[in-house]
Formats: sequence, C-alpha cells, structure tokens
Amino acid sequence: MEDAIRSIVGKHGKLSVPIEEIRPDDDLYRAGMTSHASVNVMLALEAHFDLEFPDRMLRRSVFESISAIQAALNELRSMAA
Amino acid sequence: MAQAAETASPVDRALRAQVEEIARTVVARHSDAVDGEARFPEEAMAALKQARLLSAYVPVAMGGGGCSLGDLIGACEVLAEHCASTAMIFAMHQIEVVCLVHHGLSSPWFCGYLRRVAASQRLIASVTSEVGMGGSLRTSVCAVERQHERFRLIKDATTISYGVQADDLLITARAAMDAAPGDQVLLLLQRDDFQLKRLGRWDALGMRGTCSAGGLVEGVASVEQILPAPFGEIAAETMVPVSHLLWSAVWCGIASSAVGRAAAWVRAEARKKPGTMPPAALRLAEVHAELQAMRASVSALASEYQTLRSDPARSGEISAMAFAVRVNNLKVSASRAVSRIVEAALQICGIHGYKNDSPFSVARQLRDGLSASLMVANDRIYAANASALLVQKEI
Repeated sequence: MEDAIRSIVGKHGKLSVPIEEIRPDDDLYRAGMTSHASVNVMLALEAHFDLEFPDRMLRRSVFESISAIQAALNELRSMAA
Repeated sequence: MAQAAETASPVDRALRAQVEEIARTVVARHSDAVDGEARFPEEAMAALKQARLLSAYVPVAMGGGGCSLGDLIGACEVLAEHCASTAMIFAMHQIEVVCLVHHGLSSPWFCGYLRRVAASQRLIASVTSEVGMGGSLRTSVCAVERQHERFRLIKDATTISYGVQADDLLITARAAMDAAPGDQVLLLLQRDDFQLKRLGRWDALGMRGTCSAGGLVEGVASVEQILPAPFGEIAAETMVPVSHLLWSAVWCGIASSAVGRAAAWVRAEARKKPGTMPPAALRLAEVHAELQAMRASVSALASEYQTLRSDPARSGEISAMAFAVRVNNLKVSASRAVSRIVEAALQICGIHGYKNDSPFSVARQLRDGLSASLMVANDRIYAANASALLVQKEI
C-alpha cells in the first residue's frame, strides 16, 4: 500500500523534492504540496483504492504525510470489511 | 441589528454603544474628507484608540476588552454605515489581533506583545500580498533568513493597507531560505524593527481611506517574533474565517447605509402624498429582504465558528474542507450582495442617489462596495471551492 501511496503523491503532490527522499512521517505540505495538489492526491487515491474519503476525513492533518494517508486508508478499509 | 442588541450581554451593549457614539460623532463627520482626499481616517482611528477599542478582543487578563467575535462583527457593521474605509481598517487590525490571541498565547513574547497592544493601542497592518504571488495568501516568495536568535526579512508587497500609519506589521514569509512556497510562517515586526519604503500611491475608486499602496519592507528581529504555529494552520483556523466574517460585516454596513438612504427617500416621497404608495416602495421592500438575508448569512457562520471553537470535541471541524468551503461561500455571496443591494438603492433614489452632494447619495457606497469582489478576487475563491467540491461528498 505504501508504494501505491508514494507513487500517487509523487505524481500528483507537486512536491519540491523527489518522492524517494520523503520519509513516511515527513510533512508533505512543508515539502511543497498545496491544497489544490492535495485534492488531486485525494482523487487519485479514491480511484486507485476504489473508496471514498468521507467529509470528516477531508482535512489537512489526514493528508499531511505518507503514514497519515496510510492510516486513513486502513481505517476506511477496516470499516468496509 | 436591534434584535441582536437586545440579546447581547451587558458588556456587548456597552461596547456597541461606545462604537455607535464614535461612529456618529467622529467617523461620520470626517468620512467625506477621508474619501475625497484619499487620506487615512486619523480622527476616527484616534477616537477608537482613545476608547481602547484596538484591544477589544485581547483577553481582559492582559488588559484588553475581552469581547467576542460577534462584538467585532457588530462594531465593523456600525462603523461601515458611516465610513467604509474606517471600518475596513478597524476590521483588518482586528483580524491580526484575533490571529495573535488564537495562536500566540503559548508564546511569552506574544503574550507580552498583546499586553503592549492593550497598553498603548498599537495599530497592526497585514503584509500578505507579494510581488510575483499577487493575492495568493498561501504562498510566499520572501523567506526568513535566520542567524542564531535573529532573523532578517525583505518583502516586496503589492498592497499594505495603512502600512505608513501602522505601528507594527504582521507578515507572511517562507519559514526558511530553502522552504517550499507554501511552507510559511507568520511573524511580527514592530516599528523599530523595520523600514518601509512606500511604492506607488493609492488613488482608487473606493475604500480610499485605507491607503492600500504597495511597499518594500526590510526588517531584522528576534526569532521569538515568529508565531510558533505553521501559517497554514493559522490561515485555516483563524485568518481566513475571521477575515471573511469581518469583511462581510463591513459590506453589510455599506449595504445597510445605502438601504437607509433609499428608505429615507421613499418616506419623503410618501409624505408628499399620504394615501398613495410611492412606486419605489416595492423596490425598497424587495431590497430590504435581501439585506436581511445578507446579515443572516454573516451571523449564521459567525455562530457556527464560535460554537465549533468553544467545543473541544468539534474544534477540529474548523480545519475541515467543508467548513472552508462555507467560509468561502460567505465571502463570494456577501461581496456580490453588497453591490446588488447598493445598486437597488440607487435605482430607488434615482438621480438623488447618483449625485454626490445629495442627502440621498449612495455614490460612495457604490464605489466602496465594488471593492468587495476584488479583495481576494472572487474567481480565486470559486477556483478553491471548485477544487474542494471534486472530493467533498455532502452538499
């Protein structure tokens, strides 16, 4: 899952550093992701993992790092199971 | 407004009475000169300082007035009924104070600073725009250059309202020389920390007293003067919602002033022929309903914001996308409403509303109100909401 998230953030996050240099807990906003870019990351994640982020998850902190995104996806999957 | 005053606490009522008194006796008297000469409303601002209203939102324990956001909204509307420039300067200063109160109380330096704001009624201006970035609040070109416990900053701002008259500046900048454009901090420079070179003049259609020329700021200060929270958090939780609420309150005041003149005109017409409804009376009834809807949209969002802030279990909702979208919606709808309402008032008053020197003139209200859709351009806000609505589920 982490690889897929990395690939999506790398493609849509508009980071100012290469995705390979981002550690799981690094702040993606500090790495250059704008709120507009974060929406594209959300759309790509929804398409790739075939799920929808509920509105309560649409906030800055949920998408601030690779590990935060992974935690959110795990939470959604466990709810669906 | 009368209803709001009846349900207010005794403190609110005292503050409101104070603002109404200043608006009537000082602000109104100088508003034509402020507009005509495009000059800073020094008499009005001196009276607001004298009444200690620049620290109205600073906690009582720090020497301030301890008022609520609702009180500030009421004050902005009352001031704008008499002089929109004075009201907008008051609003912009209060937005800065609210940011410091919401995000600076964990810092000993900012606690000391807020005490000084209360003690000496310091006026704070905002420096968020920048050459190369325009009005994009969430990106900066300039950066904080740290050297041990000090930092240096140079910012070329496209607009600094009342920068020359302000005591202090609250400025956005990138957090470090190698930080991304969106990795910003908010920092405060006091009068002795900076030099401001004014660039250009402010000779605009309306809001002429805000003196919103560009400026080059160069400053050196202690790193303690950088707010500890990232600016992204301050913007989402306080600066954007409070700006849009207080600006909208100013626009309500402009609209209310124009409708007041239209109503006076219709009353004068009705007195000429009692028993015959003046033709414009229906248009007055129509625009009056629109003004009420505009005010209601401001107070509904203000109540929601204050409720969320005061409930620790729900305060996180303020930084959720859905709330940001609603805040943006208030800005675009109120900024469009003010022009529509003032234009309707103009149609009611006819040529008497169009003339600058008539008691029924709404010319200044029309000019001032036109700034609303440009202060953070509405299209920029629609673009942000268009993006959010691609992922938001509840409508």
